[in-house]
Amino acid sequence: MWDYTDKVKEHFFNPKNARAVDEANAVGDVGSIQCGDALRLTLKVNPENEEILDAGFQTFGCGSAIASSSALTEIIKGKTLDEALKVTNQDIADYLDGLPPEKMHCSVMGREALQAAVANYRGEEWVDDHEEGALICKCFAVDAVMIEDTIRANNLRTVEDVTNYTKAGGGCTSCHEGIEEILTKVLAERGEALQAQKARADLHPEGKSMPVPGGMTMLQRIKKIEAVIESIRPQLQADRGDVELVDVDGDIVYVYLTGACSGCQMATLTLGGIQQRLMEELGEFIRLVPVQQKPAAAA
Amino acid sequence: MDDIYLDNNATTMVDPEVVEAMLPYFTEQFGNPSSIHSFGSQVGHALKKARRQVQQLLGAEHDSEIIFTSCGTESDSTAILSALKALPDRREIVTSVVEHPAVLSLCEHLEKTEGIKVHTLKVDAKGRIDMAAYEKLLHERADKIAIVSVMWANNETGTIFPIEQMAEMAYVAGVMFHTDAVQAVGKIPMDLKSLKIDMLSVSGHKLHAPKGIGVLYLKRGTRFRPLLRGGHQERGRRAGTENAASIVALGKACEMAQANLEHENTVVKAMRDRLQEGILSQVSHAFVTGDPEHRLPNTLNIAFEYIEGEAILLLLNKAGIAASSGSACTSGSLEPSHVMRAMGIPYTAAHGSIRFSLSRYNTMDEVDRVIAAVPPIMAQLRKMSPYWGEKGPVENPEQAFAPTYA
Repeated sequence: MWDYTDKVKEHFFNPKNARAVDEANAVGDVGSIQCGDALRLTLKVNPENEEILDAGFQTFGCGSAIASSSALTEIIKGKTLDEALKVTNQDIADYLDGLPPEKMHCSVMGREALQAAVANYRGEEWVDDHEEGALICKCFAVDAVMIEDTIRANNLRTVEDVTNYTKAGGGCTSCHEGIEEILTKVLAERGEALQAQKARADLHPEGKSMPVPGGMTMLQRIKKIEAVIESIRPQLQADRGDVELVDVDGDIVYVYLTGACSGCQMATLTLGGIQQRLMEELGEFIRLVPVQQKPAAAA
Repeated sequence: MDDIYLDNNATTMVDPEVVEAMLPYFTEQFGNPSSIHSFGSQVGHALKKARRQVQQLLGAEHDSEIIFTSCGTESDSTAILSALKALPDRREIVTSVVEHPAVLSLCEHLEKTEGIKVHTLKVDAKGRIDMAAYEKLLHERADKIAIVSVMWANNETGTIFPIEQMAEMAYVAGVMFHTDAVQAVGKIPMDLKSLKIDMLSVSGHKLHAPKGIGVLYLKRGTRFRPLLRGGHQERGRRAGTENAASIVALGKACEMAQANLEHENTVVKAMRDRLQEGILSQVSHAFVTGDPEHRLPNTLNIAFEYIEGEAILLLLNKAGIAASSGSACTSGSLEPSHVMRAMGIPYTAAHGSIRFSLSRYNTMDEVDRVIAAVPPIMAQLRKMSPYWGEKGPVENPEQAFAPTYA
């Protein structure tokens, strides 16, 4: 169900000026039966000063088309033609306290009917330059034609570009698939391909992955821990013991003590020594935890 | 006075008995049916019963042919994608122009992204499928077609397709056959064990079960590839812990639908016919769309010329009547319903098509109230229409009002 304002409902249930004006001297027919909307605006204009004495509408259309037509006639009555031409579709929408994005075209139709009626009164020919495509971005009411034209005119390449130029895709982002489809099509005409997923290296200027304490990458840090332990092993092996790195989890380093070290009275002292060396080398707090068993994979 | 709900092809009220049946599965019967203990096994038994109830309504040969899914759309997607996966050498699909978006959008997507060739069968002015074209396709391209997917009954007009015959033809040609039967199940009798339908989609909320539960019927022996892989639920054909409460509810709803099939095709049908007669006898320039001779007993779709559907629905809603429309404006798109356009209904009428869909909860009294409410609404909107004069449509409406900007 559409989320219509009370003002829209009021003008739909009790439309103003829903009739053909008697002795009308300006008629504007616009709309598209394919779109399900068509509007005839009839005006009675005072030839002396071009004041709109009366305005009426007949509409084949939905709730908001009828409400927009009703609002338009109320807005322009009493205005001169030149004053009336300054009325924008946004004015019509504002008069109704807003329209759902899908329904903004109803207010556009109202404005066009007015232009057509004025052209008719002045004996000019009115040509519509407005083309409407399928609605892509519902947050900002941007249609496919608008997006495609903007991509072409500005050589846009990414969804981000499209959002910057048209606002499309800048809200809930659920239309990005649709925008990418249009981009892919237009880029293909230029012989380019859409680069959808870019590397995020620019987020970390040094090209490093996740930053870790001590300014090292995870890999560098683990290699450093390995190196420290390797450098201690010869001393332990001399005492017929050994130590093996099992795992690193944050600031906890798990090791497995073997041989003479295992169960040795001095084990705690040994561990304290290794822990101290690790902290000095890495420049951060480290807790060394001995594990009782070798991990399954290493066994 | 209570509002009148005539939009049962969109969704239905969950029957109070169905609600009652499912409630314990939110509280004391919370076990995982896969578990060994009694918490689980009791739920397991309830699912088994529900599976049998669905089997009964569909007339399926085995209860293992029933796969519970989350909705009709999931069942449709599973069926079509399974066929393409199971038969990788066959890269063509046959469907119809009036399918639900659950099938049409998927086919369009497959055509665009996977290079699948989609053959879309056309319909005539009454919405009847082009059987000659279907026969020709099966004759010429059978070995290239992975699956035929055609709906049993159309959601907008209620038109019923000759699915039994179409499935038989596909079987003879050696082509897999799927039907989206979400509108047909529970409204017309079916006996799948005697038919050549390989796969069939059901949606719970169209037959007084809750939303979020569906079924894919999969005839034993049909080649199949799951959409969701993971646990062993549904015999590994649809992984994911079972939606136990809703499955129990769907089982109950199927049992009730079966008990009411006769009622649906007599009492509900009589209400629908009276509504049709009552409106058409009072409102000029209005006609039934689709094929009235082959139609779901609960569905009535009338095109009211020279007025727009959303405006009609808003006024009906104000009068306490819920219906739906094939108008562009009700969907947010610019084009009127693809079903109306496929039947070649003129734009001036397609935009004003209104669907009234009844259920066994409607009454003749409600029907009479709708019959009384509709004519003034149409008169009110036509008075505003640029195509309408004092007494009827203006002479040569298309020429008398030919707005610029197409």
